[in-house]
Amino acid sequence: MDAVLDNLDTFRQGFVATLALTVVSTVLALSLGTLLAAMRVSPVTTLRAAGATYVEVVRNTPLTVVFFFAVFVLPQVDIRLSFFTFAVIAVSVYHAAFFCEAVRSGINSVGVGQAEAARSIGLTFTQSLRLIVLPQAFRTVIPPLINVVIALTKNTSIAAAFGVVELTAVTTRLANANSDAVLAIFLGGAACYLALTLPSGWLAGRLERRLAVAR
Amino acid sequence: MSEAVLYDAAGPRGRRRILIGSIAGGLLVVLAVGAAVARLAANGGFEAERWRVLTQSDLQRLLGRGLVATLRAALVAMVLAMAVGGLLAVARLSRRRWLSMPAGAWVELFRGLPLLLLILFIFLGLPAAGITVSTFWALVAGLTLYNSAVLGEIFRAGILSLSKGQTEAAYSIGLRRGQTLRLILIPQAVRRMLPALISQLVTLLKDTSLGFVIAYAELLRNGRNAVEFLGGPYSIPIYTAIAVIYIAVNASLSFLARWLDRRTQRRYGRTVQPSVADEAA
Repeated sequence: MDAVLDNLDTFRQGFVATLALTVVSTVLALSLGTLLAAMRVSPVTTLRAAGATYVEVVRNTPLTVVFFFAVFVLPQVDIRLSFFTFAVIAVSVYHAAFFCEAVRSGINSVGVGQAEAARSIGLTFTQSLRLIVLPQAFRTVIPPLINVVIALTKNTSIAAAFGVVELTAVTTRLANANSDAVLAIFLGGAACYLALTLPSGWLAGRLERRLAVAR
Repeated sequence: MSEAVLYDAAGPRGRRRILIGSIAGGLLVVLAVGAAVARLAANGGFEAERWRVLTQSDLQRLLGRGLVATLRAALVAMVLAMAVGGLLAVARLSRRRWLSMPAGAWVELFRGLPLLLLILFIFLGLPAAGITVSTFWALVAGLTLYNSAVLGEIFRAGILSLSKGQTEAAYSIGLRRGQTLRLILIPQAVRRMLPALISQLVTLLKDTSLGFVIAYAELLRNGRNAVEFLGGPYSIPIYTAIAVIYIAVNASLSFLARWLDRRTQRRYGRTVQPSVADEAA
């Protein structure tokens, strides 16, 4: 236990790095994912195909391989950035596909009758999307989006293997330095992750139940 | 479904507009891909000499061995995780609180932790406690802990998705709780979760690539070793080949899952849908 208390400051640095990686990547991935979802429901064939291809390719590729492309292949084409930036790129590119699917399934979950009714009272495509479909889709889509953010939080741990000093990297280093207190160190690292993932998970569950009643 | 309802079947003007949009969108996509290709070409990404490395039989054998190691870890972990997940689901559905509470805590705990942290804990923690563990078993144990929690929830959702009438009918002909579960609920639930199980197998297969971190000689690790031996310029062809292998294996599994899902829905009604978040992790 002492090993954890002595290194509280190191843990804090790792925690902050994980949090920063999570927040920046979530913002980027959510924006890209929403754009992809819009492309996939649009009537424009080429955009639909491009969006579908992106999602199919990314969801079948391991995040570790995406990291490999970011960290080892980008420098080969003369793109040199910090490890943190590479990690943000890899995590965002990967999770955009899953945010896209979450948003798209939200749009699809709105009953067909809603869109039909919107059209029958003369609303255009943009109007029916903006006034009828999206406000309803937004509510159903929140819990799955939170769950993808939780997955993203956990997946930032892979950045530890690519030079980013975040929570997992800090935990591993401390465990190697204090071989007599490995269990305590890992419990400390695990507690930090659980402090992020468990409350978000409960929030997602609560919202899901509340919205299920509202429907 | 509702995609088709968002807009009317286009008239002549609408069709023209969509055509213009398609061409403009296509141009944008071509432009983006073209910029990447130009960048690659400027740095010699398309030199035939670099790509010829993929025809070397040494490299092919190395990647082949890596793929076998990847599939082996994935299959062993899948079987173990299904066994543990099945027990967890039954325990969580039990009326005895001393069974359902620990099972619930197990699921919450292992779903909330990053898989890499679990693998590293087993790999570094057990030797510190005097137990030697191979990279293979460290990877498999980590995958099993994490996926047992996810699969446990899929199993539970499968059983809960059955109509209450099934349980009531079983009770009314005098079956006990255990018998009802074994003879009535599980056989029906298995069909509904099979597609979700296969798509979880895809996630698990992707996650075996974390074995790279603890130097388990799977596909990605072997590819990395080859690049370290041959030099950085070969990273583009070799990592591309690895990505193509993963995509080929996983896309065929995903295709199988979707086909099975459609077939099951046609024959037996509902299926358990895997959550998007589980696929990401």
